[in-house]
Amino acid sequence: MKLTTLRDAIARYVRDGDTIAIEGFTACIGFAAAHEIIRQGRRDLVLCRMTPDLVYDQMVAAGCARKLVFSYLGNPGVGPLHAVRRAVEKGIPAPLELEEYSHFGMVARYIAGAYRLPFFPLRSYVGSDLPKVNPRIRFVESPYGDGSIAVVPPLNPDVAIIHAQRADVNGNTQLWGLLGAQKEAAFAARHVIVVVEEIVDEEVIRSDPNRTLIPGLIVDAVVHEPYGAHPSYVQGYYDRDNDFYLRWDEISRDEAATRAWLEEWVYGVQGRAEYVEKMGRETWERLRPAQAWARPVNYG
Amino acid sequence: MSDYSPSEMMIVAAARALAGVRTVFVGVGLPNIACNLAQRTVAPDLELVYESGVYGARPARLPLSIGDPALVTGALSVCSMADLFGLYLQGGRIDVAFLGGAQIDRYGNLNTTVIGDYARPRVRLPGSGGACEIAIHARQVFIIMRLSRRSFVERLDFLTSPGHLGGSGERERLGMPGRGPQIVVTDRCVFRFDPGTGEMVLVSLHPGVRLEDVLAEMGWNPRVSPNLTETEPPTPEELRLLREELDPLGVYRS
Repeated sequence: MKLTTLRDAIARYVRDGDTIAIEGFTACIGFAAAHEIIRQGRRDLVLCRMTPDLVYDQMVAAGCARKLVFSYLGNPGVGPLHAVRRAVEKGIPAPLELEEYSHFGMVARYIAGAYRLPFFPLRSYVGSDLPKVNPRIRFVESPYGDGSIAVVPPLNPDVAIIHAQRADVNGNTQLWGLLGAQKEAAFAARHVIVVVEEIVDEEVIRSDPNRTLIPGLIVDAVVHEPYGAHPSYVQGYYDRDNDFYLRWDEISRDEAATRAWLEEWVYGVQGRAEYVEKMGRETWERLRPAQAWARPVNYG
Repeated sequence: MSDYSPSEMMIVAAARALAGVRTVFVGVGLPNIACNLAQRTVAPDLELVYESGVYGARPARLPLSIGDPALVTGALSVCSMADLFGLYLQGGRIDVAFLGGAQIDRYGNLNTTVIGDYARPRVRLPGSGGACEIAIHARQVFIIMRLSRRSFVERLDFLTSPGHLGGSGERERLGMPGRGPQIVVTDRCVFRFDPGTGEMVLVSLHPGVRLEDVLAEMGWNPRVSPNLTETEPPTPEELRLLREELDPLGVYRS
């Protein structure tokens, strides 16, 4: 039984200076966990994500990070991440180092980490300036005489935080919709915290084993936190809050407004339940998704 | 004055370039609507592929991002990004990919990383995303960008995604599987690439656009095809599909 609270899970597994991966590509981004890390005042974190998104913009604004490892730095479809820019350009609230890859490069780093390999080869970066600014992207000769190939080093986060639809109390976790690099990041990490919309019986998991992306075997803590991925979305549970992504562009332009937002919505609440209450029923009505059920299959 | 906008002309021209294509790697925004239009007109068998891990998307509404939940609902397959980049893209299953950028040069090389010096940029852009490997692997790359002197530059500040690099033959020498950029569709005109040199060649002007209008918006003096033509304007049916079905709110009209 690994069921715990987000407060306890973060207190136990996330330390100052750790390398953290809160993955989830557009969907299932662990905002509730990120806010708890901010509340607990963690510092000097190395934050890894393909798309830092608002979740890392908020953590950078709160002074949690010393470095970002990423492949696409922006508020998707909206504009730049203003807090990240302030940190990089002006050192506000703290200087921030950047280490950048392409998407495939980041995925390959997680795979190398998960497979416990010294590097992973991929056909990318040829002709690009990226290897010139990131010396960790290298080229090696194929031992089979096929010429040179790009390689990236393993990424083994101290902690991976995975948001998903459902898990049992032992951390057997089922995820559907966009899968991102959640599985690879989890298997690469030393510790895994899973945050889910629903806790279900083990029988529910066993009734559909193909959907189990992450086995309880590698999970340290399971947290039940409905709406824990807002303003991102969870397929079948709530839609993406596109209005908030637009609003963050306004808020985050201004340092004082950003601090005020963190004060109100992160430091000013006890946890996600209070945030959900404070957002109000209207928000959750607005984000209620349409019904599109899968047909059951016979595993017998 | 015509009864369609430069954006609509650009979307229609990009959609037509997809005639007969089977798999297209779609970006957000203009490529997205162009691909959806192509599916309803010149390429009924077109499968839309998104780097978020979606193959064979059939979105009920225009998606707002490449990770939009509407892309998942009703798709043929949704896979991990490791599968998407490893099996679909690097595995050679993508016919055409749409790319764009803040800067492009005469060889179709693209910059989406920084304006200015990398260490002290004037503007920090999003970076590669999947563009670097997409540019290397897709059999053909189609570029869709608004024409402006700021974007069509003599020299890139940073080369994120390789086009024809320094000229024809360089991609082959470096072992890149894809053939690189084939067409650049803008709001003013269309370019293709000279197979001999790998350089961009102006091949058609959209109705009402003069050659000097295009030259004024470019950072180099482009080669002009001896057979320079006028782009076929949008048909009433293409405009109806765009306005009534694909973009009823007119997000992409201006």
